[in-house]
Amino acid sequence: MYALETRGITKRFGSLVANDHITIGVRPGEVLALLGENGAGKTTLMNILYGLSRPDEGEVLVKGRPVQLRSPRQAIDLGIGMVHQHFMLVPAFSVAENVVLGMREKTGAVITKARLHESVREFSHRYHFDLDPSSRVGDLPVGLQQRVEILKSLYRGAQVLILDEPTAVLTPQETGELFKVIRHLQGEGKSVIFISHKLNEVMEISQRVTVLRLGKVQGTVNTAETDPPQLARMMIGRDLVHPARSRAETHGHPVLTIENLTVGQEGKRACANISLEVWGGEILGIAGVDGNGQKELVEAVFGVAAADSGRVILDGHELTGKGPAQAIDAGLALVPEDRQARGLVMDFSIAENLILETHRVAPFRRGMFIDDHRVGKYADAMIADFDIRASGGAGEPVSSLSGGNQQKVVLAREISRDPKALIAMKPTRGLDVGATEYVHRRLLGERARGKAILLVSTELEEVMSLSDRIAVMHRGALTGLVWPDVSQEDLGQLMTGAKTMFTATAPRGVGDS
Amino acid sequence: MPAMTESLLTMTAITQLLTSTMRTTAPVLLAAVGGLYSDRSGVLSIGLEGYMLGGAFGGFVGAYYSGNLWIGLLAAMIAGALLALLYAYFAVTLGVSQAVAGTGLVMLAAGGTGFLNRVLFRSSGDFVRITPFQPVAIPGLSQIPVVGQIFFNQNVLVYLAFLLVPVTWFLLYRTALGLEIRSVGEHAKAADTVGLNVTLTRYGCVLVSGALAGLGGAYLSLAHANTFIEMMTAERGYMAFAIIIFGKYNPLGALGASLLFGFADAVQLKLQIAGLPIPYEFLLMLPYVLTLVAMVAAGRTVSPASLGTPYKKQ
Amino acid sequence: MKAGERLRAALRPARQLVVPLLAVFSAFVVGVLVVALAGFNPAKTFAALLDGAFGSWYNFTETLVKSGPFLFTGLGVAIAFRSRSFNIGAEGQFYMGALAVSWLGVAIKGVPSIILIPILLGAAFVAGGAYGAVPGYLKARIGASEIVTTVMLNSIAVQIVSWIIKGPLQEPRHFYPETAEILSAAKLPVLVHGTRLHLGLLIGVLVAVAAHVFIYKTVFGYQIRAVGSGPLASEYSGIDVKRNIILAMAISGGLAGLGGAVELMGVTWKLYQNFSPGYGYSAIAVALLAKRNPLAVILTALLFGALATGANSMQRAAEVPAMLASVMQALVIFFVLAYAVYEEGFARRRSNRKRGVDRAKAGAADTVGGAGASND
Repeated sequence: MYALETRGITKRFGSLVANDHITIGVRPGEVLALLGENGAGKTTLMNILYGLSRPDEGEVLVKGRPVQLRSPRQAIDLGIGMVHQHFMLVPAFSVAENVVLGMREKTGAVITKARLHESVREFSHRYHFDLDPSSRVGDLPVGLQQRVEILKSLYRGAQVLILDEPTAVLTPQETGELFKVIRHLQGEGKSVIFISHKLNEVMEISQRVTVLRLGKVQGTVNTAETDPPQLARMMIGRDLVHPARSRAETHGHPVLTIENLTVGQEGKRACANISLEVWGGEILGIAGVDGNGQKELVEAVFGVAAADSGRVILDGHELTGKGPAQAIDAGLALVPEDRQARGLVMDFSIAENLILETHRVAPFRRGMFIDDHRVGKYADAMIADFDIRASGGAGEPVSSLSGGNQQKVVLAREISRDPKALIAMKPTRGLDVGATEYVHRRLLGERARGKAILLVSTELEEVMSLSDRIAVMHRGALTGLVWPDVSQEDLGQLMTGAKTMFTATAPRGVGDS
Repeated sequence: MPAMTESLLTMTAITQLLTSTMRTTAPVLLAAVGGLYSDRSGVLSIGLEGYMLGGAFGGFVGAYYSGNLWIGLLAAMIAGALLALLYAYFAVTLGVSQAVAGTGLVMLAAGGTGFLNRVLFRSSGDFVRITPFQPVAIPGLSQIPVVGQIFFNQNVLVYLAFLLVPVTWFLLYRTALGLEIRSVGEHAKAADTVGLNVTLTRYGCVLVSGALAGLGGAYLSLAHANTFIEMMTAERGYMAFAIIIFGKYNPLGALGASLLFGFADAVQLKLQIAGLPIPYEFLLMLPYVLTLVAMVAAGRTVSPASLGTPYKKQ
Repeated sequence: MKAGERLRAALRPARQLVVPLLAVFSAFVVGVLVVALAGFNPAKTFAALLDGAFGSWYNFTETLVKSGPFLFTGLGVAIAFRSRSFNIGAEGQFYMGALAVSWLGVAIKGVPSIILIPILLGAAFVAGGAYGAVPGYLKARIGASEIVTTVMLNSIAVQIVSWIIKGPLQEPRHFYPETAEILSAAKLPVLVHGTRLHLGLLIGVLVAVAAHVFIYKTVFGYQIRAVGSGPLASEYSGIDVKRNIILAMAISGGLAGLGGAVELMGVTWKLYQNFSPGYGYSAIAVALLAKRNPLAVILTALLFGALATGANSMQRAAEVPAMLASVMQALVIFFVLAYAVYEEGFARRRSNRKRGVDRAKAGAADTVGGAGASND
């Protein structure tokens, strides 16, 4: 009998069928992997299992009995726990407060801090989680925050744990720790649904794999009887295409130079003494777990945040202490991390978004007016060049575009103004395989045109397949500058700061040519 | 001039000033404490001015027709809560801009109380009055020299206002319910995923803010002016909103800030009576200028993370 | 498909009218209910209201005259809204504009109208603009809620006016609490003999057109809109967010100040207590009803002018307090907000139905295109 199963779950949004007759089941003490790319319907299914949304058809069964899941509360009461990819923790609260939130039956109406901390500490010990109940969650590293989430579910008596992309934010070492925790829980008879799109992790931790594609179950296989290529085919419906790239030697010169850049005061440094040179015609990847200073580095280089010391030079132009306007004028382009907030004005049309940076100058500006005619022609050209799918043409608001097409608008804007250097921050986040491949091809295209590209990504696979050199950041410091053929193990150690390694201080071909 | 300054500084004068400070503080404090519930649950308490006006009018109507001040207070709370209910529907259920809805609510309360006041009371042109709340001396404590006069010889609404501060503090920081309210204001989705009802919590908090601010308004009509005057709240609701920010979203902070405002108001009144050679308009401006200064001084106070953001389930 | 799209495009402006019209209609329905519940005769009341606003040529011209202050303040609020600033301070800015004119319109002697009027209007724009720039600055630099600061500045403005009309600028006989009548050269000429229609109204329409061009066609307007709709994306694009917020608030205040000047120079000729019966607050409803579109503000201001004129005659003829108009203005705000949400929900359901297909298609095509290209 399954601990938790679904039968024929269907969920529609308009005519989009997000879940099409999904039938899955996880046995007691089993790890079931739910594999699928972005947009395959994993999140929708999970929200249904956790009572956050209701299916149009089908039923959910717990230990063989059909149940109604109208709210998370009911899911919790039925022993279903969920660890969201974006943690559902209150950063301003302590660990203990987060763990007991909403559990009045356990805490009582009046909360005494000492008693609260004692009971949470005890509970945390039972699972060998070393968590200090009084520390503020917002101050904890991501790996520990995830434990608070897991502890929270266990405290609520979860028998089935749903983990949504739990490794996305972890270092390889932290992932190893997480897997230990999962095996321990398994030993206690708990079931785990492990949602992921990473084949090797799925192979390592699960007993069975259910693959979703375009809202449908492609099949369920025993992990022991399958291999990554088969899973990949099931997941994307064809073989994975690795971007074609030439490992050509770089014949450029340093275009973007970052010298001893430091952000934040002593004691809470977001970036410490970062020095990098990005050469024309190379992609320099920055690997590292989220929150190790990548964001602050990019913000300081681009000028949206001030650096405390250090210099930024673009092709001879001093950008230190200047704002984004000067960086843009000097020829620096940025594909920001959060395209919907930082990349695009969502209420604006495609055309209006395309001139967000260039409206200030000719030819789009004429006197104090904006030349709508020229803007329209330019937008039409970009829509054609970048294959932006918009039913309403250049006047369509970007809010009605798909994520991939929104990213194409950002790419079109940044690339078309012919910058000297381009910074791409997690440029494929949330995109499906097709759109991801498109973004990769465009980045490689810019590389071929001799641009200096700084690629920041937490997807190791992306960094390793696209970069000419890889820089690794840990706790705001540079721990490595290596070639992309570096071993996974070395990379993992660089990402955790266990060692440093500087083998690729200049692109290949420099020095020996 | 020196003689006057002297007379302002006698012991009796100071006692009087502080006694009066307690009274001028009470209405803003009631509104500010009420607003805290709303803000802490993530809903901007921008409509406080409207609830206060509703409470001032509702309280007066209730007391006038029943002849009972307590029924007046009940009516004030109901009036404030009803206006808050309307605001909550827009802010929580529909998820519209809280600034706009709150401002609309103030306009509705101003127009509505003005309209009804004229329909009910102003055909004759004279102010209709009621017998206001009287000071209640607390046996024993009120006998303490100076302190007794200032703190323990006040009307019930003053006691209630100051009592609500520790009560609210305890509720927010020492109970499970308080933890839940704060979690909804900090991270609504996290609260939702542990099974808390975000909508219900926010409605409850907004209604409480309406009822308490309604009491604050009733203070003006039932314990101060003894009648209803159009726009009698004179932006005290907005001051309460500023006080909450200045007090860093903490009941104790709100108490301190309210006392500062109450004191400024009491000084201002005192100076008007003293007949200083300053145009009284400048004295009347004082609370408004103080509010501006407080907003500047508060700067970018850390507010509840979800404040002003409507929560929508998928 | 093509024809259908063109038809839909043609109907788009008409669809824009649905929410405002429904909102106004609903506010009237509630207004009728309120009047009936308060014990008045609704038919008589609203007949008086309509008659007051449109009953005769003269009444209609009075409606136009009354709509002037709503037009200017409404334009101001609409422009501030564009930068996501909520200017409740039009009231105070309106007073500041009037105050500047009530002083300079007496003080600058011996200058012909053609020079004096532009000077006065410019001064009022600057006075109102400065009064709007202050909360803009506090919002942009310090993060102080512009709602609180503008409300406080309104109260301060009212006190300043209250003092000044009994103090430094009181009329020469020191009898009434009002300023001296401005010079003849400072008065805006009447356009149609026998009415109070003055040049200021024409200026108002021109300003609305200018505001429209400013917002939709200029670099400044583009930046203000960008900052309002996407502050972070604007910052990342090198647009100075803070400067644009201050600019929008200053222009907003300037327009409200201009409104005060036009009302004083065209209608009242002097400044007194309650010179504004709350135009600055009504302006919020005017701007919202117009969906922040400057040209549409001309229409909504007219509607509010009619409501104000009608409410006065309603009070005279049916003895229903004119405060009813304020209630209805607030109701308009609520109905606009509610219907906009309902409309959005309706539109989303429709486009979801449509987009589901598109996205499925686009997704498939993306994948094919991606694979095809990388095989090159």
